[in-house]
Amino acid sequence: MTGDHRVPEGQLAQYALRVGDDALIAAQRLAEWSARAPEMEEDIALSNIALDQLGVARFLLSLAGGADGRSEDDLAYLRDDAEFRNCLLAEVPNGGPTAPPGASGDFGVTMVKLLLLGAYQLCLYERLVDSSEASLAEVAGKARKESRYHVDHAAQWTVRLGDGTATSQARVQQALDDLWPYTHELFEDDPLAVWAAEAGVGPLPSSLRAAWDAIVLPVLEEATLTVPPAGWHPTGGRDGRHTEHLSYLLAELQVLHRAHPGASW
Amino acid sequence: MALHEQRETAVTAWDAAASVVDPEIRVVTVAELGILRDVDTVDGRVVVTITPTYSGCPAMDVIRRDIGQALAAHGYPDAEVRTVLHPAWSTDMISEAGRQKLAAAGIAPPSPVGAGPVPLRLGVRCPRCGSPDTEELSRFGSTACKALWRCRACQEPFDRVKPL
Repeated sequence: MTGDHRVPEGQLAQYALRVGDDALIAAQRLAEWSARAPEMEEDIALSNIALDQLGVARFLLSLAGGADGRSEDDLAYLRDDAEFRNCLLAEVPNGGPTAPPGASGDFGVTMVKLLLLGAYQLCLYERLVDSSEASLAEVAGKARKESRYHVDHAAQWTVRLGDGTATSQARVQQALDDLWPYTHELFEDDPLAVWAAEAGVGPLPSSLRAAWDAIVLPVLEEATLTVPPAGWHPTGGRDGRHTEHLSYLLAELQVLHRAHPGASW
Repeated sequence: MALHEQRETAVTAWDAAASVVDPEIRVVTVAELGILRDVDTVDGRVVVTITPTYSGCPAMDVIRRDIGQALAAHGYPDAEVRTVLHPAWSTDMISEAGRQKLAAAGIAPPSPVGAGPVPLRLGVRCPRCGSPDTEELSRFGSTACKALWRCRACQEPFDRVKPL
């Protein structure tokens, strides 16, 4: 697979694309809860967080597409799964990594995932505000303030569920066990990330780990959850090698635009 | 165009743009909300600069349209509305008049964010009865910029613009 590890042309666009794809796919997953959340307040909260993520994705995809004349819609609706650069964690279904297509969501999985992914995004945006690329820094300057609310929300629920009943504790511990392996990919220093760090565009992913730990680990401890032992490290999202779940997600995301090109309302 | 004429144009265009109300919180104008950044003339054409409250604020398209229409109604048919992200909007940018109008409409204004990384947790007064005995029901409310609260004294739920 060494051929896949070359940094493609237009590194800056590729870099904006991976950060934007994380937000876009996270937004789509959260939006699946709309009208299906366990209570009305959560329905509104998850939809709001999805909207924040979508807003960030739109800015970043516009940036990424600007390099070769593609619009944010071109990038969101007309790429196939292997062209997406999001981390695998973002695409994990709301029912968990082993949920079959169409399975209903699990609120505990969603909250633990929002904690793990949201904390990563927060740590990344906190560093991207110092990016040598002004447009990235400006997006991050807004996004980090919103991310703090996402992480705070997820942390509150993780504690409430983890330090809750025996059933809720067991379920979020299972969610953590299932999701934890996907967090390792977030901190991999692949060639594009190394390029970004050397160019002052973005932080080295491995350098985010300490800040991420400082957010996530105290929450897990307060939630009486146990960090799983080191296990497998699924990876490949940054190179376009995704789980089968992304294809189903994209089918729903893209079907309208592909059936009715340029549709608007 | 002479300088004084340009300035006159800019002031009038500013007033036209500033009068546009937020489509989701219709008691405050875009100027009072602090999202109207600049109104200028470039080569005889009015250029309005706005900034979103939240990255995904769905009202931005309507705000752009409303500003364009307001300017057209005041004799600036080809105004351009640009969006900037920096400096990022903060609830500290809501004007005093804006805060008072929010409170009068039953929406608790945000406490100051200041320079610190964590929003201050000052007491929130019920915008209906004035009681400080209130609690947050949900960090997320009817729009991206609001949280849902409840007053323990008068039992009424209310929106609050959350500090950002």
